[in-house]
Amino acid sequence: MELILFYVFAVTVVGGGIGVVASRNPVASLMFMVVSLASVAGIYVLLEAHFLAAIQVMVYAGAIMVLFLFVIMLLNLGHDYRDDLVRGLYAVCAFVVSGAICGILATRFGGTETSPLYESFPGAAAMDLELAERGAVSLIARPLFQEYVVPFEITGILLLVAVVGAVALAKKRV
Amino acid sequence: MTLAPLSGLLQEGAQPAAYEPVLPGLIVLLPLLGFLFNGVLAMRVGARAAAAVRAGDDGPEHQDDGHKRWVTLVGPGVVGLSFVVVLLNFAGMFHADLHDPVVVSYWSWMVTGALEVDAALQLDQLSMIMMLVVTGVGFLIHVFSVGYMHDDPGYARYFSYLNLFVFFMLVLVLGASFPVMFVGWEGVGLCSYLLIGFWFRDREKADAGKKAFIVNRIGDFGFLVAMFLVFTAFGTLAFPEVFADAPALLEYGGVTVTAITLFLFLGAAGKSAQIPLYVWLPDAMAGPTPVSALIHAATMVTAGVYMVARTSVLFALAPVSSAVVAAVGVLTALLAATIALAQYDIKKVLAYSTISQLGYMFLAVGVGAYYVGIFHLMTHAFFKALLFLGSGAVIHAMHHALHGTHSDADPQDMRNMGGLRTSMPVTWITMWIATLAIAGIWPLAGFFSKDEIIWYAGLAASSSYPALFTVLWVLALATALLTAIYMTRLMVMTFHGANRTGREEARHLHEAPRVMTIPLILLAILSVVGGWVNVPEEVAASVLGLAGALPTSEWLHHWLEPITASATEIRYEHLGEPAHAAPFGGGEVLWAGLSTLAALALVLFTARAAARWKVVPAAEAAVPTGLKSLLFNKWYVDEFYDRFVVQPVLAASRFSWRVIDAVLIDGAVNGLGLVTRAGGAFVSLFQTGQVNTYALVLTLGVLAILGFVVF
Amino acid sequence: MLTEALTTSALLFVIGTFGVLVRRNAIIMFLCIELQLNAVNLALVAFSRYVGVEGQVFVFFVMTVAAAEAAVGLAIIISIFRHYRTVNVDNFNLLKW
Repeated sequence: MELILFYVFAVTVVGGGIGVVASRNPVASLMFMVVSLASVAGIYVLLEAHFLAAIQVMVYAGAIMVLFLFVIMLLNLGHDYRDDLVRGLYAVCAFVVSGAICGILATRFGGTETSPLYESFPGAAAMDLELAERGAVSLIARPLFQEYVVPFEITGILLLVAVVGAVALAKKRV
Repeated sequence: MTLAPLSGLLQEGAQPAAYEPVLPGLIVLLPLLGFLFNGVLAMRVGARAAAAVRAGDDGPEHQDDGHKRWVTLVGPGVVGLSFVVVLLNFAGMFHADLHDPVVVSYWSWMVTGALEVDAALQLDQLSMIMMLVVTGVGFLIHVFSVGYMHDDPGYARYFSYLNLFVFFMLVLVLGASFPVMFVGWEGVGLCSYLLIGFWFRDREKADAGKKAFIVNRIGDFGFLVAMFLVFTAFGTLAFPEVFADAPALLEYGGVTVTAITLFLFLGAAGKSAQIPLYVWLPDAMAGPTPVSALIHAATMVTAGVYMVARTSVLFALAPVSSAVVAAVGVLTALLAATIALAQYDIKKVLAYSTISQLGYMFLAVGVGAYYVGIFHLMTHAFFKALLFLGSGAVIHAMHHALHGTHSDADPQDMRNMGGLRTSMPVTWITMWIATLAIAGIWPLAGFFSKDEIIWYAGLAASSSYPALFTVLWVLALATALLTAIYMTRLMVMTFHGANRTGREEARHLHEAPRVMTIPLILLAILSVVGGWVNVPEEVAASVLGLAGALPTSEWLHHWLEPITASATEIRYEHLGEPAHAAPFGGGEVLWAGLSTLAALALVLFTARAAARWKVVPAAEAAVPTGLKSLLFNKWYVDEFYDRFVVQPVLAASRFSWRVIDAVLIDGAVNGLGLVTRAGGAFVSLFQTGQVNTYALVLTLGVLAILGFVVF
Repeated sequence: MLTEALTTSALLFVIGTFGVLVRRNAIIMFLCIELQLNAVNLALVAFSRYVGVEGQVFVFFVMTVAAAEAAVGLAIIISIFRHYRTVNVDNFNLLKW
């Protein structure tokens, strides 16, 4: 059952990705993107990362994508788009390069469950136990506020800087 | 300043007390302060003169001479004060029974790895004699300069250089290690260069300065190499340690010590104008005459002799080097004496005479008579300084006379002089005293020192290389006779016979002012009595030494005993004590008496012969021919050097410039730049400004790294 | 499920890369970069299932940075658009000497 669900989500993710790249209309691209992100959230759930799934839907598929949508509409790109796919040799190069990356990743990580990387770790059982004991939020909150509290605080500063920077950049008559 | 040593001097026969140096730093520091003071004044004067020229004013005539009073006070003053301090120290050392040198260390100068050099001064009997000569004779020459240079616009500059020279010379003789000595060594070379080219607007004089500097560099190279060798052999460069360790560390006659001493002698030959590096000294006469007296006769050029005496232990360990020193000394003495026979420039004659006398000093230190070398150095400083200053007075008078009538005749050419004795009696008498002294006439200073040298050269024939030293001894005797001839010739041509300056000029001739004649008189007194500090024992007992009436004989010998004792010991140990007889028999008194009689005879003979010469003024003189031309042109040594040293070096330099530098190096550098620019231009083709291209290249990079990691 | 998740992640990443390479619309390029980020997130979460919860913490940070980047990047795009009246990156060729 889970595997079937996973495949459904996986296909939606990849399909959405192709849609993002292939759509001529930026708004359509954006909508494919939302679909893809939501499916990724589904896979997160299947991988027992409930908190991240929620965040993915709310922040990524919700807030950030809405920000993109605002910008597209603000710039009025919705209807006077033109074909912006590159063509010719360059496109071939891009295809070859992407394909090569895909090939390398496939040969390295594809279909080898017996790879030592997958065996030497405690596995899903320990995580399941902790999830049952403490709940999804507490699972991620502990390391976040204990071991990684300094990076966490720095992230806050980063966000502040980003806000100030965005305002400064996008303000009229800079 | 404590006066204890002074009172010690006054109490005859006081107990030998330990020697305490009296403000030794002050001896060195005073001339340096004088240099700074005069230097600042000179710069201000120079700036003001330059401003006057810019303002269209005719500089020298209108400049105010107010500063000259200060220069006159400070320039000779600091050297005089320094002399006083030296005298105090001398008094202290005179009454002390000093065996080991007193080293006064001021600060640690260089500490690099195993090399540790202190800025230290060494006070011992040898440096004391040198200091007395440098500051004493130096002071008299400073005083003389006041008169000689008074009308020169560069008066302050002159005295600042002169003070700086005295400073460096004192560092040279006081330095307690090779590097400190080398500082002085280089410093006096610099001052020599500055003072030879003092009138640098004259191209010839500036070139003479450069020649002196460059020839000296060759010698300095030898000094440096010797210093490196000493450091490798001893691990230290301080004099006391090196000389104490030398007999134990170095094999007698070994390669190391021979190399060290030969390189040291190369340095000495450069500084002291010996074959093959003597050619700079005659040209150095381009400087003001008191400079010639101080630097190129009395002090700096004797630094090489001092250095050999200072490192006597090393030279004693190297019999081959010592023989080379002696041989080069005699050959230089002979060569220079022959050239001096045919020169007409009064200063050139004296310059070759100086080279010749320096050769004698090297003969002395070469045969192991180190104290005799220093003895001759001292007496030579007296009479040669006197001769130069006297010639300075003559040139001064000639210059004024010719200037008075706007004649452009050469004031230094003896053919233009003649009969000056009537107008310049003091100069005439004092210079005759110096001439008799240098010719070795009893009882003047040169008699004792020169005969001592020749005597020791004869003695050396009984120990090592008998044939060589016999020849050297004969040549030294012959040179002594040549000295009498060329000096008498100089005196007769200058002061006797008919006046050749011209009737109008002759009326302008006058004796030098008192500020110039008093140093002459003092130096004349020293030239008379200077030799009596070291009357040889045998001579002292004879009629030549007042038949034993002297309170002491060989005082200088005993005084320098602590310095030369170990060297003499080494020589005796390996060569045996020399027999006390000249090569062809006869004692010291006999040979001394014979040589003084011969010299006196030659003086009289030359004077009579010269009186009959028909000398015409330089402008009318014919070009010399035959042997005379060979001597007049200085054996064509300069031409030989030009052809076989200077031109090849110039050609090699031109080759390095035109081919190696301009083509190879510049080509490589420019080529490198060209390649870089072309490469940059090529690579910039990839920088299209297109983000997509960048992204593609970036991804290619990712691909490459990924491929590298995976496979 | 790890292999499948990683395969999905790899595919998503390659699609994002290809998108960045072939699209000229700056906003779409941006979206493709977000796709790549998501692919990385997916891989991290998949590993975290087997290795430990730290992977999820990293994903959290990546999301934060993505949000910041989106804000600043979009601001840049807006100011560029004000200047050129277009978001086609072919027109932005000042990025050279």
